Amino acid sequence: MVDLSADIELSKQPARVSAILAFARSNIFFVIAATVVAIFVLSAVFAPLVAPHPPLDQDMAAFMSPPLTENHLLGTDSFGRDLLSRTIYGARYALAIGFGAVLIGAMGGLIVGMAAGLSGGVTEWALMRFIDALLALPSLIMAIAFISILGQGVDKVILAVGVALIGPFSRTVRADVLQIKAQAFVEAAGLMGVKRLAIIWRHILPNVIFPLAVQATIRVSYAVLVSSGLSFLGIGVAPPTPDWGLMIAEGRSFVSFAPWIAGVPGTALAILLIALSIVGDGVREHFDPKLRKQG
Amino acid sequence: MTTAPIFRLLDVQKAYEVRAKGGSLFTRAKRRLRALDGVRLSLGPGESLAIVGESGSGKTTLLRVLLGLTQPTDGRALFREKDIGDLAGTDRDRFCREVAMIYQDARGSLNPRMSVLDLVAEPLDHHKLCAKAERRDRVTALLTRVGLAPEMMSRYVSALSGGQLRRVAIARALASEPSVLVADEAVSGLDVSTQAQILQLLRDLQREMGLSLLFITHDLGVAAYLCDRIAVMYLGRVVEAGATREVLKAPAHPYTRALLNASPRFFAPISDPLPGEVPSPIDLPPGCRFAGRCVRAQSDCHTREPALTPASPTRAFACLHPLPFSEPSAH
Ligand SMILES: Nc1ncnc2c1ncn2[C@@H]1O[C@H](COP(=O)(O)OP(=O)(O)O)[C@@H](O)[C@H]1O
Ligand code: SF4
Ligand SMILES: [Mg+2]
Repeated sequence: MVDLSADIELSKQPARVSAILAFARSNIFFVIAATVVAIFVLSAVFAPLVAPHPPLDQDMAAFMSPPLTENHLLGTDSFGRDLLSRTIYGARYALAIGFGAVLIGAMGGLIVGMAAGLSGGVTEWALMRFIDALLALPSLIMAIAFISILGQGVDKVILAVGVALIGPFSRTVRADVLQIKAQAFVEAAGLMGVKRLAIIWRHILPNVIFPLAVQATIRVSYAVLVSSGLSFLGIGVAPPTPDWGLMIAEGRSFVSFAPWIAGVPGTALAILLIALSIVGDGVREHFDPKLRKQG
Repeated sequence: MTTAPIFRLLDVQKAYEVRAKGGSLFTRAKRRLRALDGVRLSLGPGESLAIVGESGSGKTTLLRVLLGLTQPTDGRALFREKDIGDLAGTDRDRFCREVAMIYQDARGSLNPRMSVLDLVAEPLDHHKLCAKAERRDRVTALLTRVGLAPEMMSRYVSALSGGQLRRVAIARALASEPSVLVADEAVSGLDVSTQAQILQLLRDLQREMGLSLLFITHDLGVAAYLCDRIAVMYLGRVVEAGATREVLKAPAHPYTRALLNASPRFFAPISDPLPGEVPSPIDLPPGCRFAGRCVRAQSDCHTREPALTPASPTRAFACLHPLPFSEPSAH
């Protein structure tokens, strides 16, 4: 017995490393995408160190210079600002808005969805109609509506996109609550005499939080897209903030003779969105027991 | 034996309002489905009782009434002489601690986000049965008692086999130091050898700890192995009850006989299945509810309804023309 457990202890470390390697080999796209997201996050956090120029600095000698000009690797925009630096700083806004909005949406969705799933009668009916109302409009339209009330600014965009995401989140949370509420372990806890609040806290909440976290990873890219859409429409973040959506909008007029002005932030946005959705899908596939069974 | 029974059902009836098939949405009348129709039984300390019957005979409904999960529409369900639905305060706490349930769906009855340690310790914590420091030791002892290695403690439900799941469910049931174990088809869906191990464990536990056992099964062999007494149900009624050995050796009710004939036995040719279908419990015809499938049915069976009547101190059945059975004095 003792020898056996010692053996297991010894083999544990190499086994874990080889398991990670095997995972990486069979999920090569996931690993690449996760690395890309990590690079975006790191350059956003350390933007002042990574970016060659401050994002608002104008180079009077180089307006609209194409990529690979001296001093400006990815070129400059119509004000002579370095596109690489602005794109790197832009990652800050994209990620802050994406994660911030999803956090607000997931928290709101958790509260509304739990309340709808656990209550009955009139309360449930009212909450369901509230969710329906939130779901009736696409998130972008919804966010536009909230922005027009709240006004412009990064914090307002986070709030608007976050509130627009409450609807979809609460729908999935409610569905999960209904499914878990019907499970035998909830009834078993009741038979044991566990109080209702304790049942919710100990048995229902943990089983809801987990799929919600997976959902949240998937929706980050959607939140980034919606926020960029807002900026592109000129109602999100105000200029001269180096926001990607705003940068794309600014470059729109020059797209025929200086395509890089819109192209650089556009490519950054596309790469981040694709990487985020691959990571989200990977997380879901790995943790969703339903998908795993099929696979 | 004058010990007070733990559970007593007094002519319990449970009817569901259901919409009958056919007709339009508005003309479709509500019908009453009697899932339980006048059930009378009792379970004393240390007794083991098997409830057998085909699917749809009302076994699960009976259990839900006993556990207080549904209210009978008529009659009374008593726990230690108090109505189960009205239990409150210390009576209710006592009920929660003394009655432990083992579910048919063991996997579904265990929270997938809790480790085996937390699952088994939950009743200990909830009923404050041990100090925090003792918790681990108590769980170790319980796991050992049901034949699981203490290393299992850190596992989660998804990493357990069917047999291990049942053992965890049993350990959890034992944790609250119950006086009654209630189990619904607790060994169905297991392979034969695992089933045998779990049955043996349950029998040992019942005998060693002096537990009362209410075991629901559709398998007469399981009933015979595990329980001293048996109650055969058909369409919401107990049609035959008594000492398991006597009833299965010489059944008096044609339905029990038919169940025995239909149950597979080793070294015997596959027997004929039960003829006919179980009729719907909605709007039963008058007379004996088994008459449509009964080989001994006579004309009075379609008009008179037999009641469960004692034929000896250890036997009771509801049949107008019972099979000849030996008196217990004969052995
Ligand atoms: N909640 C319910 N509503 C309507 N009918 C029910 C309900 N629960 C059980 N029944 C009916 O009661 C009868 C007995 O069911 P059940 O107690 O589950 O039988 P068993 O466990 O012996 O298979 C069945 O006909 C079933 O359809
Ligand atoms: S009463 Fe008649 S129909 Fe019913 S079981 Fe007895 S013999 Fe059969
Ligand atoms: Mg059943």
